[in-house]
Order: sequence, then C-alpha cells, then structure tokens
Amino acid sequence: MDFNLTEERQMLQDSLRRYLTDRYDTNVRNEILDSETGMSDRIWAELAELGVIGALFTEEQGGFGGKGFDIAVVFEELGRAGVVEPLLDTAILGGGLLARLGDDDQRALVEEVIGGSLHLALAHGEPAARFDLSRVETTAKADGEAILLNGRKAVVVNAEAAGYLIVSARESGGAFDRDGISLFLVPADAQGVTLRGYPMMSGGRAAEVTLDNVSVSSSARLGASGKGYSALEDVIGAANVALAAETMGAMQSATELTRDYLMTRKQFGRPIGTFQALAHRFSDLLIELEQARSAVINAAGHLESSDRDRQIAAARNLISRVGRLVAEESIQMHGGIAMTQEYELAHIAKRIVMADHRFGDADYHLERFIELGAA
Amino acid sequence: MDLNYTDEEKAFRDEVRAFLDEKLPQEVRDKVRRGISLGKAGHDEWHRILNEKGWLAPNWPKEFGGAEWNAVQRHIFEEELAAAHAPRIVPFGLSMLGPVLQKFGSKEQQEYFLPRILSGEHWWCQGYSEPGAGSDLASLKTRAVREGDHYIVNGQKTWTTLGQYANWIFCLVRTDPDAKQQEGISFLLIDMDTPGIEVRPIILLDGEHEVNEVFFDDVKVPVENLVGEENKGWTYAKYLLTHERTNIAGVGFSQAGLDTVKRIARAESANGKPLIENPHFAARLAQVEIDLMAMATTNLRIVSGAAAGQAPGVESSMLKVKGTIIRQEINDLARRAVGPYAMPFASEAVEGDNDPIGPDYAGPVAAQYFNNRKLSIFGGSNEIQRGIIAKVKMGG
Repeated sequence: MDFNLTEERQMLQDSLRRYLTDRYDTNVRNEILDSETGMSDRIWAELAELGVIGALFTEEQGGFGGKGFDIAVVFEELGRAGVVEPLLDTAILGGGLLARLGDDDQRALVEEVIGGSLHLALAHGEPAARFDLSRVETTAKADGEAILLNGRKAVVVNAEAAGYLIVSARESGGAFDRDGISLFLVPADAQGVTLRGYPMMSGGRAAEVTLDNVSVSSSARLGASGKGYSALEDVIGAANVALAAETMGAMQSATELTRDYLMTRKQFGRPIGTFQALAHRFSDLLIELEQARSAVINAAGHLESSDRDRQIAAARNLISRVGRLVAEESIQMHGGIAMTQEYELAHIAKRIVMADHRFGDADYHLERFIELGAA
Repeated sequence: MDLNYTDEEKAFRDEVRAFLDEKLPQEVRDKVRRGISLGKAGHDEWHRILNEKGWLAPNWPKEFGGAEWNAVQRHIFEEELAAAHAPRIVPFGLSMLGPVLQKFGSKEQQEYFLPRILSGEHWWCQGYSEPGAGSDLASLKTRAVREGDHYIVNGQKTWTTLGQYANWIFCLVRTDPDAKQQEGISFLLIDMDTPGIEVRPIILLDGEHEVNEVFFDDVKVPVENLVGEENKGWTYAKYLLTHERTNIAGVGFSQAGLDTVKRIARAESANGKPLIENPHFAARLAQVEIDLMAMATTNLRIVSGAAAGQAPGVESSMLKVKGTIIRQEINDLARRAVGPYAMPFASEAVEGDNDPIGPDYAGPVAAQYFNNRKLSIFGGSNEIQRGIIAKVKMGG
C-alpha cells in the first residue's frame, strides 16, 4: 500500500495548481462565464501546453498518463479552481473513444486533441433517456453506400465548439438493447446537423442536436457495427472518475472558503466560527470531505479493474450525497454573500450540485451499486 | 379536537377559488408555474386585481381598507393562491410596513401612506440589513443626524429585495451612537427619489437581479417621516418581524411545489417506467410529503391559536426552520426529477418566446433550487431562529 502520488503525478498536480491559482481567479472565470463561447481559447491552449490534456491519455494513445489516478489528479485541480473548460468532453469522452475505437486516420485526431487544436463532443444522451446508457433511439440506416443518421440528442455538452460530434445511433435491436449501438464520427458542419446552443447552470455550453438524414460513409463508423456500447461504458466510467474527482476538488475549495469566512466574519462581536453550533457543522464537512477523497481514490484505483463499475457507483453515490451537504452547508454558513454570482463559492457550489445531473445522480448510482453487488 | 374546516371556512375557500378561476389570468399562472419573472408591471397588475376585490391586504383592519380576515382565513387564502400559481403578494408595504404604521404611525402618516400602498402608487422596500449587520441586525451603522427639520442619513443597506422597483424605503437607522445597541435605532421612511440615494444591483447565483445595495450620501429626510419616537425603532422592527412571519411556514408553497414534483415525476421516466414508480425516488417523495402533512397541522394549530388571539411567539421560529427545510427539500426533489435537463441555464431556457429546452417544467428547477437557499438565510437565519427557540425554551 502506498497512498502517495508518483513523482510525475505530484509534479503534474503542483504545476496545474500553480497555473490555475495564477491564471484562473474568480474574475477571469466570471468573464469566461459571460462570454459567448463559454470558454477561453487562451486557457485551453495553455492547458494543452502544460500537458494537462496529454496526461489524460496513455502512452500508446499518444499521451503520458491516462490511468485512473492521472484523471483524478487533473480533475481534482480543475474542480478546486472551478474550471469550466470542457476537458471531460473533448479529452475523456471524445478523445477516449477515438483512441479506443478509431482506425489510423481517426486516431490521428487524438494528437490534435492533445495539442489543443481540436474539440470534440459526445452526442449520446437523448431527450427521454435520462441516465439510461443503452437507451438509444437515434437510427443509423444504410442508404446505398452511405449511412443515414436520424434522431435527437439532448444536452450535448461542448457541441458548438466541437470539430466533430461522436454520435451514437442504433443499427439494430430495441430502444434499450446494448447490442446494436454504433458510434459515428460526424463533422460538426455536416449537412442535416442542427444545433440549438445554450449556456449551462454551472458554466460552459451545451446544445440540443437534431440529426436529419445526416449522410456519412461507413468509414465514419468508430469500431464495429452495433458494438459501441462497451467503449461507451469505458469512457463514461473514466468520465465518472473525472466528475467524482472534480466534485471532490470543488468541495475542498468550498470548505476552505467557508473556513476563511467563519474566521473573519464577525457578528455579535466575534468571528462566527467561534460559535460552537457552526464550528461543529464545519467539522462535519471536513469529516465527510475525507470520505469523499477516499471514495475518489477507490474509484480511480479500480478504473482498470473488474470491480470498476461497482467502485464507480459507490464513489458517485457518496460524492453526490456529501456534495450536496457541503454545497448547502457552505452557503448557509456564509449567509447572503454566498448567494451572489460574483462570489467564488456561488460558482463552486453550482459545480458541485450540478455534477448530479451528468451520468447519474445519487439514486441512479445507488441502484447501480445494488444491482452490481447482486450480480 | 376537530380536524375539519367549518362550513363557513369551506365556503370561504370556495369563494377564493371562484375568484381565482375568474380573475387570475392564465398567462400569469403559466409564468409563475414556469418560474418566469413577472417584472414590476406584472406585480402591479395582480395587486390591482386583488385591490379591486378588497383582498390585497388580508391582514389590515377594514378601517384602513383591508379585508380584516382572521388567521385561518388568511391561511386558506394563501393556500389557494399558491395552488393556483398566483404571484406572491409583494410583502414590504402590505405585510411589513402597513401593520407598523397602523400601530405606531401618526394619523398623517396613516392617511398619506396606507392608501398609496393599496393603490400601488408607492412600492416599498426594506432597509434593514447592512454589510456588517446581518444576523446581528442591531449592530447596524447607517447614521441619521437631526439638523433642524431634517435627518441627514449616511450609510449603506444591502439585500434590498426588489429595491429596483421601489420608490420608498423604510429604514432602520442609528440616531444615538452612544446608547446601547438596540436603544439608539430609529425607524425612518425615505423617498427613494431624494438626492444622494443610489441603488446598485446584486446579481444572485441563479443569474437574477432580485436584490440590491442601497447607498445613502447626505440624504435629507423630513422629520415627519420618523415613525413613532426617536430611538424606539427596534421595538417597531420587532413588531414588523412578527408580521413578516405570519406566512412563514410557506405551507401553500410547499404543497404547490410537491404537486409540481409529482407532475414532473409522472412525466419523466427511468429505466422505461415513470419516475414516480421508481422506489428510491418514491421514497424521497413520500418522506417529504409525510413531513409536510405534519407541518401543515402544526401550522394550523398555531394559526388557529393566533385566530383566538394568542400571539405566536417561539412557534413562528419553529415554523420558519421546519417550513424552509421542507421547501428546500422539495426544490431538491424537483431538481433531481428532471435529470440531465436541469443543466441548461434557466434564464436562457424560460425567458422570451423561445420554446423551452427539454420539457417545459425543466427550465426553472435548478435556478429555484439555488435561489431558495435564501429561505434559510433571510428573515432571521435558521441559526438565529434556533437561538431564539433555545433561549425561550431553556429559560436562558
């Protein structure tokens, strides 16, 4: 047993934390949140240059990390700083699928992702799918040499910035079957692709995507026909580790801000943190935060193991519960100031709570955990 | 013990319902249900409709133009308003200042201000909190110095709800800096058009402009705008707070909120079945409904005590704590219920004539969840309420 980071990961953590502390403060981020694209190209380029994107890919894929703990280290730091740039979407989901399933040409795009010049988006979830990963009603039907894609995709994060959408579509089977789902690499400007973009509550942008007779060639297919589900599970597993780590990092920031506020804000002639009622509640947050950190370690450490899905369900369930507690208690102990958009905690609390709405909330992961334990 | 409403109370409820069916415009209901801001004009219009019926001021005596309903009637009225998705009655003039002027104001103040509250000519806001005086309100620093026929006011108020619409503000100001904290405070009525007043917006975490900072720089206020006696403002402020708390449990809001969650959970599906049949979600929903049923009865017990003339004391603190916990829990359930479609940013999703993104109920839920974190912070935070309960009940 060794709970220390390797030297490389420690260096990655230190340099990323230093960079974000210097360059990604509340004002910078609030400008990004207000911007039309919902992200900063400059920050993106600098993150790529720093090797942060490369750290999310293995050596065989062209990076220098890609393991559970690499993902956890990077996303904990992104979470601490409340970063809204779409590393999850472009690198973990989009890049992850290209690296796993792509042919030589498709894999060549991973290099562009690592270099920071290409964005990707996974167009998978559908309006009625909620968190059911296998529910795909978008269709892919042969039309001579070509394949026609038809359907609607919901809340596709980063769709507007993406050079390509990775679209899941059904080639066979019923609406909930795991078999029969294929993945297609579709240029964002392909005819028949319509985006309706909007900002999101926790920053960044997403779009409703309509696919209306989008014609692609069979070479646009990623991997084998009808066999996309297992790769989707892989990258969404990695995304769940990333989200858990990001949320834990944000919780760390929330408790630090709360501690500072409790010890500086005076009411009734003394710092409010000296009231035992608040001091005990703050202590509870720290206890729960350690639980969250351990849950992330469990999930990250099992990303390549056979127990992966159960560990991930456990981590996301715990972090959803603890995250809500930390976000709500941090706001409450601050009072009104935490309700204002310009205060750091407001954004951090939104990142924590809204993570619940991607790839499953506490109940979804609780059910997954029970199911996987019974299997 | 009889858990049924009397025949008169039932008839009253029918009357309220019939009125709302007839007079509350459908588009206003839809806006409220979807969490779309009404703006000043929308509030003014709703106030006008209520005022025409004589129902704008349920708690005011008839002599001042109120409905003079008892507490049970007011409770029924509030329940029906919430169930019909009526806009909330903006409380600052009607529920807060009105009763203070009726009890402590001069005859001139009553005659001048009360009719203008009802007519909508005056929109009031509340100047209580300051940057350094939140939970510890009595430490407020805004100064008012008497010079001839005027007070000269300097200082800053904050969290001023809907101050951007207001043309008058009632303020707690310090008139005697040497007295003990609570004893040097006065209650002043200030015309917002007076030179030296600046209102700056505070944008909340849901992106909405609901509260403001108000700055006072040598603002001249005529002495006849002092309510009651100088340095007795704290007494009036406390009286006002007991009125602020008449609907503190928010039972009607919670019931309407719970109905909304059920509606969403019937429409959403998880694993191919309606979400409302999902055992984990159903359990969460049942738990909060059980809490609400008990709290509604606690509220009625206290309300009927108040109707019988007993002043609610520490009970209103209990209702505030429990009521806000339940409302926030319901907001949390609504957020969970919509799944991924909670992610689009609300003001983008629900404003204007655009089609909603995703189902029409999804737009406001995340924003309402975040916005209603305020419920346990304002009007005396839940920590302050717990302190009051402990102090009273433990005899400290």
